[in-house]
Amino acid sequence: MNLVLISLILLLGFSSYYFGRKKATIIQSSQRLTALPKFYGYYLAIWCAAPALIIFSLWSVFEPTIVKNFILADYLDQNLTKNELQLIYTKVKALALGTYTGDINNFLDNSAGKYIQIKNMANNAKIVIVLAALILSLSYAYQSIKKNNRMREPVEIFLKWVLFTASLAAVLVTIGIVFSLLFEAIRFFQSVRIFDFIFGTHWYPAKTFVRDGQPDPELMKDAFGAVPLFAGTFFIAFIAMCVAIPVGLLSGIYLAEYATRKVRKYAKPIIEILAGIPTVVYGFFAALTVGPFVKEIGNSLGLEVSSESALAAGAVMGVMIIPFISSLSDDVISAVPQNLRDGSYAMGATKSETIKKVIFPAALPGIVGSILLAVSRAVGETMIVVMASGLAANLTANPLESTSTITAQIVVILIGDQQFGDPKTQAAFALGISLFVVTLFLNVIALTVVKKYREKYE
Amino acid sequence: MNEAKRKLLNKRYRAEANFKLFGQIAIGLALLFLAVFMYKIFSKGYTAFQKTWIVTEVHYDKELMLIETDNPSLEDLENADYYDIAYKAMTHLDPSLPEEDDRQLIQMVAFTYEQEVKNHLLKNPSLLGKIVPIRLTASDDLDQVHKGNYPRDIPEEDRRVNDYQLKIYDMLNERGDILSKFNLSFFTNPDSREAELAGIASSFMGTVFSILVCLAFSFPIAVLAAIYLEEFAPKNKFTDFIEVNINNLAAVPSIVFGLLGLGVLLAVFNLPRSTPLVGGITLSLMTLPTIIIAARASLKAVPPSIREAALAMGASNMQTTMHHTVPLSMPGTLSGTIIGLAQALGETAPLILIGMVAFVNTIPGTPVDPAASLPVQIYIWSESAERGFVEKVSACIMVLLGFLILMNLAAQIIRHKFERKWN
Repeated sequence: MNLVLISLILLLGFSSYYFGRKKATIIQSSQRLTALPKFYGYYLAIWCAAPALIIFSLWSVFEPTIVKNFILADYLDQNLTKNELQLIYTKVKALALGTYTGDINNFLDNSAGKYIQIKNMANNAKIVIVLAALILSLSYAYQSIKKNNRMREPVEIFLKWVLFTASLAAVLVTIGIVFSLLFEAIRFFQSVRIFDFIFGTHWYPAKTFVRDGQPDPELMKDAFGAVPLFAGTFFIAFIAMCVAIPVGLLSGIYLAEYATRKVRKYAKPIIEILAGIPTVVYGFFAALTVGPFVKEIGNSLGLEVSSESALAAGAVMGVMIIPFISSLSDDVISAVPQNLRDGSYAMGATKSETIKKVIFPAALPGIVGSILLAVSRAVGETMIVVMASGLAANLTANPLESTSTITAQIVVILIGDQQFGDPKTQAAFALGISLFVVTLFLNVIALTVVKKYREKYE
Repeated sequence: MNEAKRKLLNKRYRAEANFKLFGQIAIGLALLFLAVFMYKIFSKGYTAFQKTWIVTEVHYDKELMLIETDNPSLEDLENADYYDIAYKAMTHLDPSLPEEDDRQLIQMVAFTYEQEVKNHLLKNPSLLGKIVPIRLTASDDLDQVHKGNYPRDIPEEDRRVNDYQLKIYDMLNERGDILSKFNLSFFTNPDSREAELAGIASSFMGTVFSILVCLAFSFPIAVLAAIYLEEFAPKNKFTDFIEVNINNLAAVPSIVFGLLGLGVLLAVFNLPRSTPLVGGITLSLMTLPTIIIAARASLKAVPPSIREAALAMGASNMQTTMHHTVPLSMPGTLSGTIIGLAQALGETAPLILIGMVAFVNTIPGTPVDPAASLPVQIYIWSESAERGFVEKVSACIMVLLGFLILMNLAAQIIRHKFERKWN
């Protein structure tokens, strides 16, 4: 139904383009046009389709809520909770569609009848209103064409608005992220104190699972302490940085200062392949090859090593991050002005001395920025940890034991079927918002530092 | 020059050489990681492109198949009973085996052997009543034994293939009745719980649909947004805010987008769970900033002289942009788009959150059918305990990497072939 209406609108829009253009050529025979003929076509097409489509989408967005309110108005005097009302509404809808299989009482039956009635009415009203709007705006535009008003400006203004709306998409996504996370997280913090979440040291959400009914608040208090996860996240990120910073930084310096043009041309893209490999592939590699390898070495040294160790996950994550640091620091070092180098060489310093004492301090802000970006990347990395570092949230500083991270726990909680309204599901969103805040913080600092640095030398 | 100075100088030169060496070691390490990684994946995965078959004889016996008519139609063949002849085809490999142990023989082939016997006849109905050789898919354990991935010398109770089955296997192998052929079914079968039957067709189609949806959503919006920000936006606080926003969005962890998809697309808009449609939209939100940044960079690279020339000829701002700047910036935008899509192609975590990890054993035909995607398939299989899946995972990784390489190559080619150099 909706599809037919949309295609009708679009069809009319396209045909009015040709109609408008033709009209313009007719006008052309008697008087001078105010714009190229195609703008007449665009003008008519825009006026034909845009208002109708806008009304159509607004209607489609608001219709379900309004219909729901109409139906549930009958149940308001029964003092039902929100969830019960939702359930009733779902039942009514299923009954109206003929897919309901439970018990049917009179009340439900009445509501279903009313639902069908309202739905039909709404549908008809929608078609009438949308088509009326289309005809009205079309005739207005046609009048305006007949008068040979200026045609290019309105079309271009419209296009500019379209461009502007598109640029709002990025803002909308951010708003969507913040609100969807906040919404669930706030509900989570209604059942679990925020203090217990941030400072609790025991993470065991499975404990709160109770069939039919509210879990015991005492249990809840002790099940959602996120400290082990925060600690695990930063611990694994720390291990990753221990691998990535030395290797990445040294290769960045080598590429920028020592490497011949040819070496640079081939080595840089090859190292960047490391960043293009999907993380799930690293996860598989870490779980299947690196994990057992670490375990074997540890066992031969007489150490107790879990087969899913933080070390394996962190090391592989570090390899993944190498190119972020090497490429960014390469760029940053190359951007240091040549006269700084020349000055140092003129004083008799060797290349490595120049790098260590002149270039590195000059490039430091940029390098710090790139490292912060890399840390944010490590903190947000999911699949490697899920596959290689185990899922039990241990509070430990031993790299040979398994730890879990924020991201891994989100996946563990949300894999499979989720139930909204369950504190476990909401906990995932609370974790999500802490992850978002941490990475946002790191990113903002890193981007500001890098930007300041660039401005300094440009 | 005195001795002390010479010593100091030598020390400095040594430090210089050492420093350079460290740099070389670092680069070498990074390359070594890559090489080991590729070697491990390829050496584990290439065997998955071979499939092991057991050749045996089947007698399409009308009586055992419960066919009563003399000239059975295809429909009769369709409805005939194949259990007995398929069973016989396997058990006659070793007539001396007592009946209660027959599972040992049956377990050497995939559980679909009855279906395979049936399909063979349906393809050649003239075989009815004859005794013909037929090849049946070997079970994944036997498959692994044949490929040498499975140790034979460990104690029998630790092995999935027992001594008796190994004996039969050796006998068949000597007769040349174990075939190893290109594994077409890996590409045409959907996922399965049995490693020998599992293929990537379902997850591949899921990936294709997700990427198409992602492209359809992200490309137009991103390009339009980039045009606005680069060509029309006034310099004020609000556009600065949008710009900061885009840069930050590009660095948000992918799993957060998964939460967004779950909390908004599934919970608020009630879109169908586990489908490439939702997956694609989620990925498109993630790729949006990448494409915007690439498109802006390539718009910025178009020299102002082009714009000035167009404006001087009397074109409006919009005409200048749409007729000249945007077409000239397209190669850069397109290659940025392909790179963004390649990133989206490898994403796993957001798709897991919106339910694309469901076990799907049908090939999805539209974007609103439940599906997995290639990276998610890698995750699903690598969580599976069966040994046969290890090589499947590696093979799936090879396919995925192949795609990524193709996409990046395409981006490179577009950039080098079509991009104008302005000097």
